[in-house]
Amino acid sequence: MNIIVIALLVFGLFFFLAGAIGIMRMPDFYSRLHPAGKLDTLATLAMVMGLAVYNLNQITLGTILISLKMFLIVFFVSLASPTATHTIVDAGMRAGLRHWTKKKQRG
Amino acid sequence: MTSFFLYVALGLCLIMVLSIYRVLFGPTTLDRLIGVNAIGSKTVILLLLIGFLYGRVDMFVDIALAYGLLNFVAVIAAARYFHKRKGLYEESFMD
Repeated sequence: MNIIVIALLVFGLFFFLAGAIGIMRMPDFYSRLHPAGKLDTLATLAMVMGLAVYNLNQITLGTILISLKMFLIVFFVSLASPTATHTIVDAGMRAGLRHWTKKKQRG
Repeated sequence: MTSFFLYVALGLCLIMVLSIYRVLFGPTTLDRLIGVNAIGSKTVILLLLIGFLYGRVDMFVDIALAYGLLNFVAVIAAARYFHKRKGLYEESFMD
């Protein structure tokens, strides 16, 4: 049981690290949203799932209820994170932010 | 297992420091908003890990859920506030 928990937590930590590096090094505002929107959702899903599995070590009504609440967090994050990303993109488009091209980098 | 949770929490804090770079040096306001959103989604996991470290998961899971809601509302409100500011970023984006 512990091996599954460790694997899921390390998986989530790796994806959080990849998302942070992507946010740091992407050249443009729109391309920075790509790691921020996707990898954070996947890493949250994996890490909360690992913690919920660890919480179900001894099965009582209380631990089952706590694990259900953790899956409520996952459900809410998977609903809210794309909505927030879409709202940020919409604000950028309406503000007239220009996207990155290769020509601008050379000049 | 407790020490492993502690190391995972420390690694999460280091990753948050990486995201703070974008909050501090982002060329536009929306870049800073991306960094804030990323840090908030890491804080939810960090609160759950703190709950396991203290042995009070039943209390901290509610705090994590409330923090996730609050982060979502804050990002939506800030993005709607910067919705129709034409020309606010043009100069800052060029350099």
